Amino acid sequence: MDQNNIDDIYRDRVILDHCRNPRNTSLLDHFDLTGDAINPFCGDEVHFQIGLRGENLIERIQFSGDGCAINMASGSLLSEAVTGLTVKEATQLSIRFVESMRKPIGENAEGEFIGELSALISVKNFPVRVKCALLAWSALEDALSKNKSTIEPDSLPM
Amino acid sequence: MFDVEKIRDDFPILSKTIYGNPLVYLDNAATSQKPRQVIDALVDYYENYNANVHRGVHTLSMEATDKFEDAREKVSTFINSESSDLVVWTRNASESLNLIAYSWGEANVHEGDEILLTPMEHHSNLVPWQELARRKNAVIKFIPMRGNGTLDMDKVDELITERTVLVSAVHMSNALGTINPVRELGEKAHQQGAKFLVDGAQSVPHMPTNVQELDCDFLVFSGHKMLGPTGIGVLYVKRDILNTMEPFLTGGEMVLDVSYQEASWADLPMKFEAGTPNIADSIGLGSAVDYLNSLGMENVRTHEKNLTTYALNRFKKADLDGMDLFGPDDPEIRGGVFSFNTVDVHPHDLGTFLDRKGIAVRTGHHCAMPLVRSLGVAATVRASFYLYNTEREVDILVDGVTEALRYFRDGSE
Repeated sequence: MDQNNIDDIYRDRVILDHCRNPRNTSLLDHFDLTGDAINPFCGDEVHFQIGLRGENLIERIQFSGDGCAINMASGSLLSEAVTGLTVKEATQLSIRFVESMRKPIGENAEGEFIGELSALISVKNFPVRVKCALLAWSALEDALSKNKSTIEPDSLPM
Repeated sequence: MFDVEKIRDDFPILSKTIYGNPLVYLDNAATSQKPRQVIDALVDYYENYNANVHRGVHTLSMEATDKFEDAREKVSTFINSESSDLVVWTRNASESLNLIAYSWGEANVHEGDEILLTPMEHHSNLVPWQELARRKNAVIKFIPMRGNGTLDMDKVDELITERTVLVSAVHMSNALGTINPVRELGEKAHQQGAKFLVDGAQSVPHMPTNVQELDCDFLVFSGHKMLGPTGIGVLYVKRDILNTMEPFLTGGEMVLDVSYQEASWADLPMKFEAGTPNIADSIGLGSAVDYLNSLGMENVRTHEKNLTTYALNRFKKADLDGMDLFGPDDPEIRGGVFSFNTVDVHPHDLGTFLDRKGIAVRTGHHCAMPLVRSLGVAATVRASFYLYNTEREVDILVDGVTEALRYFRDGSE
């Protein structure tokens, strides 16, 4: 019984698989954006390099990080989910994902996230670990906020 | 007679189940559980004699004052203080330390003076001194640590100089379990005319404490780690020092005479207790002291030493691949604290896995970030024992860790 409980979080082995073999870890020769996030309380870290095609399409992303299985898996899953999206689409996905993670359990629509990303929703069974799943998304936000096309010229510091 | 099963019956929370498993509470270095007697003492105060202390001539106020001061007396005797007016109530050990840093420290630490600490201090016995040193341009030094998590006492003589004004050391490390030779440290401090402070947050709950024998100038500890309620801490200071100290907080309760222009201070210890004190929790701590005395602190220490020996052997026998257990392996100089790291399984994942088995452990830096970093890790898993823990619970812990490593490594249960 308790084993099923623990599987609530490390569901379908997706998280464990991505933690052990994180995707998109090769450093990029050229990249346009970088994003970082650190959780000072546990020392977990996430870093992204993003290579754009044109000004808007996320063509390549590199993920590196340090920390627990959920943090590592989240970074790896995120890197797969945003590859091929435009900056705008990735931003929208990020907002939607973070909102979903903050919603009470049971208020998520079935199939809200397609594919492996939905494995992260199960982390909500362990509220204290939700921040582990969100760290990578902060790093993504950090990277995307630096994209020229998303910054209003007026808001640039003089 | 120390009967652990009988003791467990006094702790209502220990019969709880977590995810269908009996609670195995191994986070005692963070806070201890409370026996029925302490919970009852709190309820008794609020139901039967709730009133403010040291004022008013009405019956309830007198009863509350008596019980409140009685609790102070109990704590004083518990640490063998010369007198109960040397025992100051605070919120916790951190507040006790801040009181010393602001009151004694502001007056006695000057530019170029040195404060000697150990590398295994809790943030509470580190940050107040960093801040004081910054304000005063004083210098903080550290006694080096050996590989097994003990202090390199050979280096102490050269580190205590004529500029050393304070040596402050944790008696038992909350992150490693190391029991430091505080008596020897105190002697060395006093030889050079430095004051000596003992952080007893982890030692007072687990072993007999005798401030006169330790000959410490300051002792700080917290009630909630020794079966008492949260929100009540203790500061003991030797009389000749306490007499020279200015109040840390001022206002009500701590004054003798007040005019519109100025005020004079009440006698010890009230001079250091501004505002309505934490009456209920002081009384609760008094009740916790009664409980500990009924068991005998020597017996508590013996029980935990046996448990520590047992756990050291169990971990050694399990011989878990890639697991580093920190701290000394001699139970004579180690309390029941087991901090460990596994190379490939993160402490938080291990902690979550153990939680699902009903095992409560702490994961993280244990408020000793520089120390945990010096071990080369960002966090550890820590299991810490108390008087109600059993060998059976150690077995459950070791089996749980073994199972967790298998789960996260090759996915098999």
